[in-house]
Amino acid sequence: MREYDIVIGLEVHAQLLTSTKIFCGCSTKAGLPPNTNTCPVCMGMPGILPVLNRKVVAYGIKLGLATHCSITRRNIFARKNYFYPDLPKGYQITQYENPLGEHGFLEIEVGHSSKRIGITRIHMEEDAGKNIHDEHEPLSYVDFNRAGVPLLEIVSEPDITSTEEAVAYLKELRQVLMYLDICDGNMEEGSFRCDANISVKPAGSEQFGIRTELKNMNSFKNVQKALEFEINRHIGIVKSGGRVEQDTMLWNAAENRTYSMRSKEESHDYRYFPEPDLLPLEVDDAWIEEVRSLLPELPSARRRRFQLQYGIPEYDADVLTQSKPLADYFEKCTHLLDSPKEISNWIMTSVLRVLNEKGIDISALTVTPEMLTDMLSLIKKGTISISMAKDVFSEMAGTGRSSAEIVKSRGLEQVSDEVDLRDKVRDIIENNPAETEKYRAGKTQLLGFFVGQLMKATRGKANPKIANKIIKEMLDS
Amino acid sequence: MKITEPEVVHVARLARLKLNTGEVEQFQKDLNSILGYMDMLSEIDTTGITPVVHATNIMNVMRPDTIIGSQTLSDALSNAPKHKAGNIVVPKVIE
Amino acid sequence: MLETARQYRCSTLRPTELVDDLLARIRSGSLNAFITVDEAGAMRDAGKAEKALKQGSGDTLTGIPVAVKDNICTRGIKTTCASKILANFVPTYDATVVERLRNRGAIIIGKTNLDEFAMGSTTTTSTFGPAKNPWDETRTPGGSSGGSAAAVAAGLCAGALGSDTGGSIRQPASFCGITGLKPTYGSVSRFGLVAFASSLDQIGPMARTARDTAVLYDAIKGHDPSDSTSVPRGYPAIDLKSPDMNGIRIGVPDEFFAEGLSPEVALSVRRGISTFEGLGARIIPISLPYIRYGVAVYYIIATAEASSNLARYDGVRYGVRKEGSGDLTDMYMETRAQGFGAEVKRRIMLGTYALSAGYYDAYYKKASQVRVLISQEFEAAFTRCDLIAGPTAPVCAFGLDEMMDDPLSIYLLDIYTIPANLAGLPALSLPCGFSGEGMPVGMQLIAPHFREDTLLGAGMAFQDHTGFHEVRP
Repeated sequence: MREYDIVIGLEVHAQLLTSTKIFCGCSTKAGLPPNTNTCPVCMGMPGILPVLNRKVVAYGIKLGLATHCSITRRNIFARKNYFYPDLPKGYQITQYENPLGEHGFLEIEVGHSSKRIGITRIHMEEDAGKNIHDEHEPLSYVDFNRAGVPLLEIVSEPDITSTEEAVAYLKELRQVLMYLDICDGNMEEGSFRCDANISVKPAGSEQFGIRTELKNMNSFKNVQKALEFEINRHIGIVKSGGRVEQDTMLWNAAENRTYSMRSKEESHDYRYFPEPDLLPLEVDDAWIEEVRSLLPELPSARRRRFQLQYGIPEYDADVLTQSKPLADYFEKCTHLLDSPKEISNWIMTSVLRVLNEKGIDISALTVTPEMLTDMLSLIKKGTISISMAKDVFSEMAGTGRSSAEIVKSRGLEQVSDEVDLRDKVRDIIENNPAETEKYRAGKTQLLGFFVGQLMKATRGKANPKIANKIIKEMLDS
Repeated sequence: MKITEPEVVHVARLARLKLNTGEVEQFQKDLNSILGYMDMLSEIDTTGITPVVHATNIMNVMRPDTIIGSQTLSDALSNAPKHKAGNIVVPKVIE
Repeated sequence: MLETARQYRCSTLRPTELVDDLLARIRSGSLNAFITVDEAGAMRDAGKAEKALKQGSGDTLTGIPVAVKDNICTRGIKTTCASKILANFVPTYDATVVERLRNRGAIIIGKTNLDEFAMGSTTTTSTFGPAKNPWDETRTPGGSSGGSAAAVAAGLCAGALGSDTGGSIRQPASFCGITGLKPTYGSVSRFGLVAFASSLDQIGPMARTARDTAVLYDAIKGHDPSDSTSVPRGYPAIDLKSPDMNGIRIGVPDEFFAEGLSPEVALSVRRGISTFEGLGARIIPISLPYIRYGVAVYYIIATAEASSNLARYDGVRYGVRKEGSGDLTDMYMETRAQGFGAEVKRRIMLGTYALSAGYYDAYYKKASQVRVLISQEFEAAFTRCDLIAGPTAPVCAFGLDEMMDDPLSIYLLDIYTIPANLAGLPALSLPCGFSGEGMPVGMQLIAPHFREDTLLGAGMAFQDHTGFHEVRP
């Protein structure tokens, strides 16, 4: 039994893959020179007004349905008021009362058991710009290109009780967002951002501990390390009879520790009130059903189906469904060649190795499902051996040439022509009378010797299965 | 007194308004007089009334996800008090 | 305006001639009605209009000089909101209404004075000094669209745009003896109007006559996809023939003639209502008990929205920045302390307080609920009448030196105009008499949503039978 219960709630901000910002016609493209991707609306100029991007709502409903949320019918946007240089209007347009989605859950697997993590709310809001700090002078630079990019904020219930669960939840949520094709899930670039609320309490206690908010974790590894650090810090304080201060902490990845942001006593009073520049948004059944009908199969469902339909192990299903394009690749292969387990093996080893080495994703792989399954057919037919195939695959991935071409140009085909092989075996028997005698006298271990001779004679291209069969037949006759 | 002096100071801080002592006193007096007048609203029973923001019943105003494009950098910065290399410059933001 | 258009068509007047004359009069005048006069732009556009008229391609508004309140954005022309904080602000975009006027060939002659950020009823809180009433330059023209009203009354433009959040078009129209319309919320685009209180603000026309007001309204009204609160519907042109008033039901609420109303104003307005009766209208006494709460509701909602709308004036992206000690918070505090005047600060303080933790329900939420009751009360009243009539303001224009110290007593001047904003209803102020000291009195008519036709029709009928609008200062 452990001494302390850990209570974690996670808040995720997911940037949406819409073409335009949430309230104006600027593109959502990242990486442009500062302030070139702006207009009077997203720069918060005097007299300008927001107009809601319909797709943002559709994407919000999509995620809501995918996470079993109830969809709010009457939505009101609100203003969250605070001053910050990257916040152009002095308020953020967000949702406060009645978020778009509520009371949902996500199912995660940790170890071999699954657990439901409640989702408190999903709401739509606008992103802020970016402040960059000067290294030498006491100045900051503000770039509004990101201001107004649509976000979904996804708030979990404090159902998470370990760092493993936290990471599993985040991975699952990220996967769902990517499966829905509404977020690219890039943590380093900030399109999938996560904050955590953490507290600890004596095991079994009803009373929640004082919580701290943890920010600035831009990879799963950092999330894991930051949560562990912060949990240990809390436990350390509580054990020594101290009191955790309610605070916001920043994770410093370079130093592997958290730092207090020492937020001023002027506690947050955001003065939320309904956004008077926008009218209520009513989501009706027709809209919800339209979105529902377009929902793709979600990762958890696909994992289960892969195991059932293709008879592959749970481990394989997990690996293959880690991204939608990878799972699509697998399925495409199975449609071309009915050997799911072989295909799975090849994807999990050779395909993923190439993707890792090159740092690319499956869409950039030169080996198409057709090319992979053609090569697997060559193995099946005995044209090439599995070890040869590994070389062929590498070459396909490097050059984009087909397996047939590679096999031909490198003269890799196995010799399976029995007539040809029989001629060669006959020569070998004739040239090695002593060994033949011994074999026929019962020293059958010598079979390997004859196979070796045949391989030598064919420069390794004899189909081993056929070679064995022929040699046996001819020695025995 | 509806609003105390520390409250005036707190509200001014929230609104990022620097007030001198005279202004704090003046605003405390003004706000108290106005808030006192507003007390008349407590006479009305508003139980069960859904507050509305607009006097219209229009809803669901949305635009398609179509790129209209952005302004030029010179337009974006034309009113900026201080800018450098396309960025707007402000005193250091302490995080 | 219609008269100018007629003269243009008969070639007895040319746009360049008129604009030249107006510019000279603006320069030599002392009303302080304008903050910025676009002399070069106005002359250039007058030249263009002249060409169009010569080629016979002009319409009613071609070459008509219009003044625009300085809280409505004009591309390339300073838009200051009469505030120090925006003293140097030059928009890179036109407000939708400005674009519409320009497309019709109208000439934007200049930007008119107002109370800072349209917060006031006197045009004295302008950082550029008070505007003056052309009927008596020691008096206020009213506000906040006081510069527009003064310019129209003094004949410095043919018509003007104002904005009305709690009476800011109607009250100065009444103080300056002109006609002013606060349109239905959502019928005129707010895109480019620097927001004071988004759920109440509406741009509207001001002119000498109801007909000119109708022509200007026709030019600016209509759906605008850039403003989410703009209502998509048909907007038929207003008929410029005055309608038959026979059988029109005019409701007169007791509450509009309660204590605080100047007896002189009451008398003129009562006479105005009798004029309608003489034209065949039926006068129906009604009661609107909730409107006595209007000022309280308004000053909570308007200041709450304003406290948020004015947060963007932080010295970061535009406007006048005051660096202070070099600390970011200090820059915010100094910029806003030095950039805003006392009345704006007072309203920001009030609105911030009304939204702050622990007070939201008692103030903002309560006010929003009472707002519903006021709307419902009007809706019920309009089942019994077609128009509601009463005074526009409880008093006539008062001396600039008679300014009241107590902000609350100034707020109470808006008591008759505020309810139409809270309910989103269209309302018109018409000149209906003069005080003993010769100052104009205004009568207010209020109509159901989108019944600007009834409202302006009644105004035309009234003016066809009265001469108050013909009297010049």
